[in-house]
Amino acid sequence: MSLINMKLIYLYSRFERFWHWFQAVLIILLLATGFEIYGAWKILGFRTAVDVHSFTGLTWLIGFAFFVFWLFTTGEWRQYIPTTKKMFEVIRYYSYGIFKGESHPVPKRKDAKHNPLQRLTYLSLAALLLPVQMLTGFLYWGYNSWSGWGLSIIPLEVMALIHMAGAFAIFQFLIIHIYMTTTGHTIFAHIRAMITGWEEVEKEEKVEDWEKATVKSP
Amino acid sequence: MKRVMRQHFTRWLILAGTGILLFYGTAVFAADESSAAPGREMARQATKTKRPGITVDHSRLAALNKPFKSGPEITKACQSCHTEAESQFHQTIHWTWKADDNIRGKAGYSINNFCISANKMQDKGCLSCHPGWNKSMDSINCLVCHGQKDINWEESFQDLNALSASKDPEEVEIAKEIRNNIQTAAQSVGLPGRKNCGSCHFYGGGGDGVKHGDLDSSLAKPNKALDVHMGTDGQDFRCTRCHTTRLHKIAGRIYTAPAATHRKSLVEDDLIAKITCESCHTATPHKAGSKPNDHTDKVACQSCHIPTFARVNPTKMSWDWSKAGVLKDGKPFKTVGAYGKEDYLSIKGEMKWEKNIKPVYYWFNGSIDDVTTKDTIDPSKRVAVSRPAGSRNDKNSRIFPFKVHQGSQPYDKVNKTLLAPVLSGNDGYWKTLDWPSALSKGQQALGLPFSGEFDFVETSYVFPTTHMVAPKENAVKCSECHRRDDGRLANLAGFYMPGRDRNRWINTLGWLAVIGSLIGVTIHGLGRVFAARNGRKENK
Repeated sequence: MSLINMKLIYLYSRFERFWHWFQAVLIILLLATGFEIYGAWKILGFRTAVDVHSFTGLTWLIGFAFFVFWLFTTGEWRQYIPTTKKMFEVIRYYSYGIFKGESHPVPKRKDAKHNPLQRLTYLSLAALLLPVQMLTGFLYWGYNSWSGWGLSIIPLEVMALIHMAGAFAIFQFLIIHIYMTTTGHTIFAHIRAMITGWEEVEKEEKVEDWEKATVKSP
Repeated sequence: MKRVMRQHFTRWLILAGTGILLFYGTAVFAADESSAAPGREMARQATKTKRPGITVDHSRLAALNKPFKSGPEITKACQSCHTEAESQFHQTIHWTWKADDNIRGKAGYSINNFCISANKMQDKGCLSCHPGWNKSMDSINCLVCHGQKDINWEESFQDLNALSASKDPEEVEIAKEIRNNIQTAAQSVGLPGRKNCGSCHFYGGGGDGVKHGDLDSSLAKPNKALDVHMGTDGQDFRCTRCHTTRLHKIAGRIYTAPAATHRKSLVEDDLIAKITCESCHTATPHKAGSKPNDHTDKVACQSCHIPTFARVNPTKMSWDWSKAGVLKDGKPFKTVGAYGKEDYLSIKGEMKWEKNIKPVYYWFNGSIDDVTTKDTIDPSKRVAVSRPAGSRNDKNSRIFPFKVHQGSQPYDKVNKTLLAPVLSGNDGYWKTLDWPSALSKGQQALGLPFSGEFDFVETSYVFPTTHMVAPKENAVKCSECHRRDDGRLANLAGFYMPGRDRNRWINTLGWLAVIGSLIGVTIHGLGRVFAARNGRKENK
């Protein structure tokens, strides 16, 4: 592909970018301190790790409420509706086409930021993994109040287990996610887009109707 | 133009956001540093007045201004004013040496793995700690606990009586001096100080620091580093500051009976004994919202605030009676080992001394389960002569630090009971080195059978560790328990502890997924690099 065919589109709003990087910092902090508490490594010392983890976790919980609000008031939640259309093409692209220098089968558009694979990943993340992680984390944090909340029948071990399974999954996501940012037309293209908001995409690609997030008129 | 403004706005927003976060963060963490722990503040308020007002000068009382010829005479003088003291004291365990159940106690069937038993007080050697005059049970010696002057009463009265009849002017002069000495000592009375309590409790088991690892002569004049409360450079507490006393009954654990049955602070009940930490410090003594406060329901204060015991003087950690009786050139002997302490005596056996010992932690509800000379034992394994009562599921139990003293002591092979030899005196083992005789005499004193067949069994004995509270900067660090290996609480099972416990499946699968992803993206990335290179070559 040649650069002549590229155009700039404003893809990520200010709030989106802020939330992305804010959440990135929180998640990296939570992983670093969480795995320290778990005993995987030693960076801050156990006590500081616990303090930072609790503080960061609660901040995330509060911040996430704003994100959910934004998601529904702007209608951006539609970007997360899962689909199987072109799913095979995307998988084929990442496992074969990308090595051949082919174009992405589902390029980014203002009203279709996510390809089918991303939709599925981000939906599971935003609707399942992260909320579960936040919920178990919050309960873990409030362990001493469990009897008051009527939760004393749950062993701490169960909560810790789910929280750790979630932590490993997020850790895994982080690795793949960071790698995937390098798969744009240049290595830093996607990262630059997430900083400035402007993504370079190919010109002539037609956005298919099913991809569009715009509200259909009644 | 619009875009430039938007960029400025974004930068400003991010800057402001970071600023607010930083402020919020530092405010939360810094506020913690500047304000003191509320529990400490509470305790300081509860102990403001350090000296009680004294309205009597005992040296001016007529009853105490006379030449005393014997100890009991002094006691009579005390009683002429303190009319109820004797009957009060006679009801306390300090006098009866018996627990309320009438079974336990030094004068009962209690047993340990040091000098084993007092044989219902018939082993007279033990009486040197009984608060009577001249090892007799007739009259209380008030001055053991209340005397403020160092004096050897037994010797003083012996010398006085030997010299009082003398006509030799020099001896008359000496007699006069002794008499005066006795009189001033009798007049120097006050509330018990650390030395009074320590004269017995520091030397339990027959020597300094033998029994309790957290209670020895180093606490007579401790510094703050050894004990934050008793330190003479700090609060300078005497024992009775916490072991509060009512009608001569001193607060503290008595065998199976806990020192306190309720967790209450002075705020809830101003008449409780101050025997627990919480009495003064409350159940949430740390800074509000700090994690240690979340621990107080399950972890006793002592567990973190007494990192090690026997920090100045060594304490005895094991005593093997089975090694006793070895002679050198036909004579009993002893050897001195670490810390200048005897590690072998023919009359006692082999012993080990240690310093700066990390406690062993158990669930503890304040009560001790024990074995008395009346209980049957299972000699096939180590017998816990005493062990902490409590469990993870008992809501009154908390994790508590203990000194565990290991021993080996005689038991009856037929009756399956621990045996109580007589040690001191002419019939005692220390003189005869004859186990069968010492054992049968000792069992006789207790009124208990002895089959004549005996052997030695390994035993353990526990002491709750509650003294030698270290300054807060020396408290046990979180990571000494919250760690994978060799944590202080490695022996406690049945609950999940962050940092110590993990699920093997989740751990293995989790790391496989993480490392697998790392390898996967690396391969994928390298694939792209090679593909791109080949592509370029082909294009040429």
